[in-house]
Amino acid sequence: MLFTKNKPIDEILDSLDGEKNIFLLACNGCAEACGTGGQQGLDTTKAELEKAGKNVTAACLVDFLCNKLLVTTRLSREMETITKSDSILVLTCGVGVQAVSKVINKVVHPADDTVSLGGLQGLWPAEERCQACGQCALDYTGGICPVTTCAKGLLNGPCGGAQNGKCEVDPEKDCGWQLIYDRLKKLGRLENLAKLRTPRDHSKMLPSQELRKTSFYDVEQATES
Amino acid sequence: MKLIERFKQAGFAITCEAGPPKGIELNKLIDELEPLREKVDAFNVTDLQSSVLRVGSMATCRLLKERGLEPVMQLTCRDRNRLALQSDVLSAATLGIENLLCLTGDHPTLGDHPQAMPVFDLDSVQLLAAVKGLMNGKDMAGNDLEGKSPDFCLGAAVNPGADPLEPQIIKMQKKVNAGAQFFQTQAVYEVDKFADFCEKVSDLNVPVMAGLVLIKSPAMARFMNENVAGIHVPDEIIDELAAVPKEKRVLKSLQISARLIKQLKNLCQGIHIMSLGWERHVPALLEMAAL
Repeated sequence: MLFTKNKPIDEILDSLDGEKNIFLLACNGCAEACGTGGQQGLDTTKAELEKAGKNVTAACLVDFLCNKLLVTTRLSREMETITKSDSILVLTCGVGVQAVSKVINKVVHPADDTVSLGGLQGLWPAEERCQACGQCALDYTGGICPVTTCAKGLLNGPCGGAQNGKCEVDPEKDCGWQLIYDRLKKLGRLENLAKLRTPRDHSKMLPSQELRKTSFYDVEQATES
Repeated sequence: MKLIERFKQAGFAITCEAGPPKGIELNKLIDELEPLREKVDAFNVTDLQSSVLRVGSMATCRLLKERGLEPVMQLTCRDRNRLALQSDVLSAATLGIENLLCLTGDHPTLGDHPQAMPVFDLDSVQLLAAVKGLMNGKDMAGNDLEGKSPDFCLGAAVNPGADPLEPQIIKMQKKVNAGAQFFQTQAVYEVDKFADFCEKVSDLNVPVMAGLVLIKSPAMARFMNENVAGIHVPDEIIDELAAVPKEKRVLKSLQISARLIKQLKNLCQGIHIMSLGWERHVPALLEMAAL
């Protein structure tokens, strides 16, 4: 179970700045159970976006957004709407956001922060990884995680050690920042790279007291359902 | 003396890298640097270069300072979290160190302790911003420092040979915004490519020092070409060095470097020499380059 929390609506609206037509996409798996995705997440977020003057072009539910096969199949029926939308706002974990970004050539914004991996890293273990940092940066990096794809977890750009697009640590591993750069360039969002990212707040990786008492964190110790 | 003063006064600065030894005897290093006393503006002391354990940059900088040699302290994000980094920055200030070069640092797996935990709590941009904050009397948590604030000349690094170059330049701009006052580059051997880079970053209005690694042998040049990001020693240079007998290699190597310096110095605001154990040859090189 990947435990997610809704990003504050102000942060989401900030990431949607300058965009009018938003395609909403929610996961019906872990995020549904956490109350951050599913039908409930879609309804709440749709209302918030419309209140803020956005046009929600579609509100679409997929069982497991970490499963790229499911995502591709489901979204292929929505391509016309997606093409007309400015971006996709995704209500899911870090793996789900990266999976959507991988299969659709569209700007993707995360609506949630992933705070606990709970023993399972996505239901479709492919290359996308989430470290449950609790401060999802996928919005700024074009849906490719700098924390897990960069060997140094750098937030402000490449270290300068990459050679031929490969990491200084492993010549067979892609440089995460090369992937991010290529992706942002393709999306026409290179200006994202110029934004200063402040240091991570590592305290967000500590599970909260409330979370530890729930079955989302520890089935045996849970005092609340 | 802050290096920025040198750029302001002379418009040009020369620095030489100083690699602390793996051990506690620094006399040999200092003896080798001594002949450069009047020839270079500062000595750039590495911080566990290539992730190999050595004596620290801060202690070495202080020892240089005590002998009247001006140090630039390199500080990487590889081994310390933000508490240790900020503390070391304050410590450096109390020891009279005035120049700081803020770097990301190589990954530990490249060095002699590949099992070490890679820290990278901050990146180079965030480190520059943190030091700038301390200079303004605040730590990263926003707490006030007691008494006088530290004051540094802040440097940063850029790799003009990186491909693609664009994200390097975007990050360079972020470093300037965060407080970087000068840049030193990865080793440069392709003058035209470097000229193109200088042109691209000219609107940043920040002094750039061209890096130069003294090529000791054709094998070393080939090794760098294969293993060091952004370094490309052209075949002509390798062939030129390979064409002379071994006993004339040092002279030829210095001639090649002197020629490069003459070509590079009009494009930028300084030269940073990475002599890698050839500190003793640097005075002759500077003479040949008419610096």
